[in-house]
Amino acid sequence: MPRHRLADAALTAAREAGADYADLRIHSLTTEVIQLRDGELETAVLDREIGFAVRVIVDGTWGFASHAELAPEVAAETARRAVAVANTLAPLNGERVELAPEPVHTDVTWVSGYRIDPFEVSTADKIAVLGEYSGRLLAADGVDHVSAMVNTVKEKTFYADTFGSSITQQRVRVMPVLEAVSIDSAAGGFESMRTLAPPTARGWEAVAGDAVWDWSAELAELPTLLAEKTKAPSVVPGLTDLVIDPTNLWLTIHESIGHATEYDRAIGYEAAYAGTSFATPDKLNTLQYGSALMNVTADRTVEYGLATTGFDDDGVAAQSWDLVRDGLFVGYQLDRVFAPRLGVARSNGCSYADSPHHVPIQRMANVSLQPGSEDLSTDDLIAGVANGIYVVGDKSWSIDMQRYNFQFTGQRFYRIRHGRLDGQLRDVAYQATTTDFWNSMEAVGGPSTWRLGGAFNCGKAQPGQVAAVSHGCPSALFRGVNVLNTRAEAGQA
Amino acid sequence: MIPAQQAVELALQAAERSGRCDETMVIVTDRAEASLRWAGNSMTTNGVSTTRSTAVIAIVRRGSTAHVGTVRSSDVDPAVLPGLVEAAQDAALAAPAALDNAALLTDSGVPDDWNEPVPQTGVDVFGDVAASLAAGFGGSDRLYGFAHHLVETTFLATSTGVRRRFTQPTGSVEINAKRDGASAWAGVSTPWFADVATDGLLAELSRRLDWSSRSVELPAGRYETLLPPSAVADMMIYLGWSMDGRGAQEGRTALCAPGGGTRVGETLTELDLTMYSDPAAPGLECLPFVAASSSSETVSVFDNGLDIGRVDWIRDGAVNALAYPRGAAVEFGVDPAVPADNLLMTGGSATLDEMVARTERGLLLTTLWYIRTVDPITLLLTGLTRDGVYLIEDGRVVAAVNNFRFNESPLDLLRRVAEAGVSEKTLPREWGDWATRAVMPPLRIPDFHMSSVSQAQ
Repeated sequence: MPRHRLADAALTAAREAGADYADLRIHSLTTEVIQLRDGELETAVLDREIGFAVRVIVDGTWGFASHAELAPEVAAETARRAVAVANTLAPLNGERVELAPEPVHTDVTWVSGYRIDPFEVSTADKIAVLGEYSGRLLAADGVDHVSAMVNTVKEKTFYADTFGSSITQQRVRVMPVLEAVSIDSAAGGFESMRTLAPPTARGWEAVAGDAVWDWSAELAELPTLLAEKTKAPSVVPGLTDLVIDPTNLWLTIHESIGHATEYDRAIGYEAAYAGTSFATPDKLNTLQYGSALMNVTADRTVEYGLATTGFDDDGVAAQSWDLVRDGLFVGYQLDRVFAPRLGVARSNGCSYADSPHHVPIQRMANVSLQPGSEDLSTDDLIAGVANGIYVVGDKSWSIDMQRYNFQFTGQRFYRIRHGRLDGQLRDVAYQATTTDFWNSMEAVGGPSTWRLGGAFNCGKAQPGQVAAVSHGCPSALFRGVNVLNTRAEAGQA
Repeated sequence: MIPAQQAVELALQAAERSGRCDETMVIVTDRAEASLRWAGNSMTTNGVSTTRSTAVIAIVRRGSTAHVGTVRSSDVDPAVLPGLVEAAQDAALAAPAALDNAALLTDSGVPDDWNEPVPQTGVDVFGDVAASLAAGFGGSDRLYGFAHHLVETTFLATSTGVRRRFTQPTGSVEINAKRDGASAWAGVSTPWFADVATDGLLAELSRRLDWSSRSVELPAGRYETLLPPSAVADMMIYLGWSMDGRGAQEGRTALCAPGGGTRVGETLTELDLTMYSDPAAPGLECLPFVAASSSSETVSVFDNGLDIGRVDWIRDGAVNALAYPRGAAVEFGVDPAVPADNLLMTGGSATLDEMVARTERGLLLTTLWYIRTVDPITLLLTGLTRDGVYLIEDGRVVAAVNNFRFNESPLDLLRRVAEAGVSEKTLPREWGDWATRAVMPPLRIPDFHMSSVSQAQ
């Protein structure tokens, strides 16, 4: 790839056309999605996307253009087009763009920590693994259908800007999911349960074999758990104490903390689409976000984190910082434009574009709830509940446009009686307001309960962009959360 | 960048030269895109892009089985095409048998416009929108929003002689206006930006913000509710996406029937509501043939080139059809039914204003947001009201109301709907990233379930 020649052509042309600043990003995404239905191949598609983008600032106004053809003359023309876009739309710009300073990173390279490149594994071998996993589930009593999917991604970028930075990076991630379905034909009903293996910035080693995730144990127990769920009693709604497993809590963190502490949302940049945030800048360092046990960090550095990188798409080095400390709201996620608007000297490196043809925006770091200093186990938390529910695995999620009101379901809900699990429940959802929920957190598990969950396709911005992000958390105990019966919500109870 | 038509033929020629596979399909899609985004009366992001996607689908037939390999690339260098074909062939030769095996369509002839240049777009298309916005930015309301134009031209060619081409323009303008803690939204879809009345959108937003000069707090509960066309579209699009035939036949969707089989034939409502997709629907024209690079439960690569016609998913209030590719249709003994990229519902006659005038006490919504499945058995969905909930008393809007979280099923909404209004072209808010082509009526639901109050404004 003639990356430096493209950069020279684009950045020179941009300057000559009147840009005060310019950057070029060559972006390559290789993706393979394989889907099996009942152990048979439904689809396998290998997708390679490559292109480049030029972003310019002309007299305080952004301009952006991209192209698929990696040729110096096209790069120069695209740069001129970006300048023309800025000039054309400048009358609509009421806020001058300024970039926070960042050390220049010249000719640096960063590669994520994976062991087996998934694109060095043949498609046939990947299908074979999913087929064998599907077969184990299909062989079990009570499992009528099984879907299996794996999504593998390799993302490579080259970034260069007129400050002199030039950065080459490569990241790999995988997302394997299997779901078993049990049918009740007579009643016209069905129940499903899927694996809890999280998406991760690892290679194929996270999918095949038990070295990273204990697939043998999970696939062996899933049919039994599903069968128990089909026979479980329906939940009695009302205020309930919840012990939430990290396999579920990561998503609640994502929605109610991760997005709420994005500075672009807080100042209205997403007001017409993804929404804003109740955590506005006037509440920084004053809002009691949660209980004193609540310590939330953001980072782009945690090992195997989906948002982990060496440098962001503004050329800013990866960092780690606090969002909530002892329950107090203390930090935002920023890019190079928003840092000076907040009055912060340096961006904390949250700029990302999901495609060569999308403009970088402020995206989520790995946002994680820290474990308690005492190494309480999940069983220790359950032991402190007389009558409650233990929630495992994520499923449905929804939150309002200011990140107040949320509702989640899960894969499994266990009744807690007198400090012990007492079988599964069904038809459960929990609903709360963000700060009420986090202020009801009475205990957090210790480091031994902490684990990374995450998502491949967090959506934001227009045109829509997706980003992969991880969230680490321990198990945690919440008192008096509103639990719904979903059948009653549907008017069927 | 060589023309897409040339790329198609080069790929087919490379496949023929190698002779390693029995059949080959090539789909090239050229995309030109322009966007403009603003917040707080100032532009935030913008951009133009030129991209291409080339998909090569290779098929190996062994007796009664077919084996498929698909590789897609955005690389526009013609030198990569032989490698792309080879990679697809390698994948096909190593693939297990395809579940959706069917004979490919054959010689369709070459469309008259096959060799025409590919249409483009750029930020100039926003000229009139930008002019109105610039004026709006000078007002006292805070404006947020997005204008987007995407022009996609798809070329499909197969080694069995199919040649099809279609240009799909997709555009939208949506504006969110805020004043003194109140928020309102208006949006339109448009193919070529020739018909966008931005000043009219701004006037409508101002009218709705005027409604918000008085506000009242209401608790959660069941309310008589008027869903405007955008909100109806978001619920019905989700229903449309849930109408795959295989899932219902196998008993794992809300469209399966107790005792086995599907809910086709079940009457949902006594109102004469018909929900359909139709690539020839005036003003909502969309891709009239299958051009899939991957198979799913509702589409099959083996159907590429197949005409997509009108399908009445719900006819006169009853479930009428579910989606089946040809292979699944044979398996289940039904007719194939392929969804087009639009959705329409018709059957009502009153205007929304007339429905408001006939309401003694109820709620008028603007849009719905963050809609997700809660219970797939009933297709129970949750979500939020957004950017304008209004209280109607004695036939007129009297105040703005707080937002709510709802839990409702689109199937159950149709089972309980009391009145449908006249259908109109609308922009779905929640699903607008994927579905901009909709015609929907307003619906009156006598007991819409607002599960809790949302503090969001």
